[in-house]
Amino acid sequence: MIEQTNAESHLLTVNGLTVEYWTRRGKIRAVENASFTLDRRETLGVVGESGSGKSTLGLSLIKLVPYPGRIVSGDINLEGQNIRRMKDEEMRDVRGRRISYVFQDPMTSLNPVEKIKDHFVELIQTHEPKVSKTQALERANQLFRDVGIQEERISDYPHQLSGGMRQRVMIALALALNPSVIIADEPTTALDVVVQAKILDLLNTLRDRYGMALILITHDLSIVLQRSDKIIVMYAGRIVEYASSVDLYSSTQHPYSQGLLNSIPNIELIDQKLEAIEGSPPDLLNPPKGCRFWPRCSFAMPECRIEEPPLFETKKNHLVRCYLYKDETNDQ
Amino acid sequence: MTSDEILRVEHLKKYFPVEKGFLERLLTTSRRFVKAVDDISFSINKGEVFSLVGESGCGKSTTGRLVVRLIEPTAGQVFFEQKNITEIEKGAFREYRRKLQIIFQDPYASLNPRMKVGQAVGHPLEIHHLEKGDEERKKVLEILQRVGLTPPEQFINLYPHQLSGGQRQRIAMARSIILNPEFIVADEPVSMIDVSLRTTIIDLMLELRKEFDLTYLFITHDLAIAKYISHRIAIMYLGKIVEMGDKNEIFSNPMHPYTQALMSSIPVPNPERKRKAIELKGEVSSAIDIPKGCRFNPRCPYADKKCKAAEPELIPVKPNHLVSCYQTKA
Repeated sequence: MIEQTNAESHLLTVNGLTVEYWTRRGKIRAVENASFTLDRRETLGVVGESGSGKSTLGLSLIKLVPYPGRIVSGDINLEGQNIRRMKDEEMRDVRGRRISYVFQDPMTSLNPVEKIKDHFVELIQTHEPKVSKTQALERANQLFRDVGIQEERISDYPHQLSGGMRQRVMIALALALNPSVIIADEPTTALDVVVQAKILDLLNTLRDRYGMALILITHDLSIVLQRSDKIIVMYAGRIVEYASSVDLYSSTQHPYSQGLLNSIPNIELIDQKLEAIEGSPPDLLNPPKGCRFWPRCSFAMPECRIEEPPLFETKKNHLVRCYLYKDETNDQ
Repeated sequence: MTSDEILRVEHLKKYFPVEKGFLERLLTTSRRFVKAVDDISFSINKGEVFSLVGESGCGKSTTGRLVVRLIEPTAGQVFFEQKNITEIEKGAFREYRRKLQIIFQDPYASLNPRMKVGQAVGHPLEIHHLEKGDEERKKVLEILQRVGLTPPEQFINLYPHQLSGGQRQRIAMARSIILNPEFIVADEPVSMIDVSLRTTIIDLMLELRKEFDLTYLFITHDLAIAKYISHRIAIMYLGKIVEMGDKNEIFSNPMHPYTQALMSSIPVPNPERKRKAIELKGEVSSAIDIPKGCRFNPRCPYADKKCKAAEPELIPVKPNHLVSCYQTKA
């Protein structure tokens, strides 16, 4: 059913990842049984609404799921090593050096009373104690050139930079230790469209220049369709569709993905009719029985209410969690 | 001026004084201002959806607040049904408060967390000495039903924290239309709402427009939503309108270099449609030190001497298409 892959052959292979938040009111499965792969120079887009589990998925890859969350099962294989089994000290070496994270709001990620250059020196020297301050600063200057900020701004404090520049600084910090994977969680949500386009261009350029892989987490389907090679659509903690962006667009399968596509305005269309998805996402403390989407789905069948559908592979590398496609399974 | 014009804004300005430090106050006498809105004029016809579009800091929200007089303008006038409402005294303005309503972006901040839905929606009636008691309750239930919060009997006893963002924005709508207004300023009403629910809120707004004969001033940073909802659009940059006109005209024939750049930057939901965003130099200038000449000139790919010397006026290049740029030819 799910593509059988040799963990060694991909840069990152995630298998059966399940993350739960153990709250006082009950267990919430924020991510359930997520599997995917990622290669160098590839961008994976993860799209979903608030509460779909997309950020939890991203954070679990660096094992920083906030309390009371925990990874309850699954493997995360990075370059052949299962980081799920790693101890905290080992993880410190993974974060930043092998996988780095760019958060949505750069102002809360930067220390307001520290100059930008000190952020770089601290980061580099923590992970590479042998590097001198001068060497660290040299590297910071190079990174500033990479992300397109004037070098003299490196002596500024965070508040002296604009939102777009701060996000560039965050990207430069994420690059500082030369990671193989960058996870960017809503990197442009707080920015204006003109700046947004520039930041996304920059991420793509750097991905190719340094041979990294990029995971782009966002609620904006337009962005992932334009910027990713493949896409995961998440709904209520589940991967409901996983396909190349071209396939997801030209043969959209899951009713939720179709609903999302029909509900976003396209600036290039004239007299577009938008269609809403009725209802709202489920409460994950009390998810509906069967498919999580059936209460909002116009194609819901009796079986959808009884048991949750598995992921069907309708064609090579196109997976969809919906009974509408159970007979189209592409059996090898 | 046309007969069906409902709102007209003339040379509206809003300058906010910049706070000075203690020493600076002692040593200097000059005052500095953030020129949030810097001389804009437009008019809206009855029943129209008119959108103000621009990036953060362009003055679009300030304009919305000026129109309903939540803040007082530095200069300029707002005419509502041909009456200059900037001159009306505070007490006499109450009538216009009822006719001119505003909906805010953040439905978490705009509802009192200690007021139940029924109270929040009925409160405007009390303030304006309209329906009371049973009549008030009847009207509240009716309006809640209308904005899709059913069954309304259940919703009136809920607190805002028990509602989703989309439901809260419906409450905000209910609270505005309960007064039977004529004009609603909607300031980014859907930008905090999840994509799958956005369309339902926009469609509700459009239905209510027809049913209650409303006119909207829609404020958004999202050109794609503006395109979907409006009849006419004005693009703002650094406190000024740089382009304004019929929706279809603006989108098929954008003339101002800023509008062109903005449009080219918007992602299109299609992986095979590779668009090249027009590069703009640098970032938006400060609203305190507005560049001389055309305020867009430091970033404009076409700027020449003339652009640096004097500010271009917003002039018609076609019927109902106005542009403020020396480089466009009619």
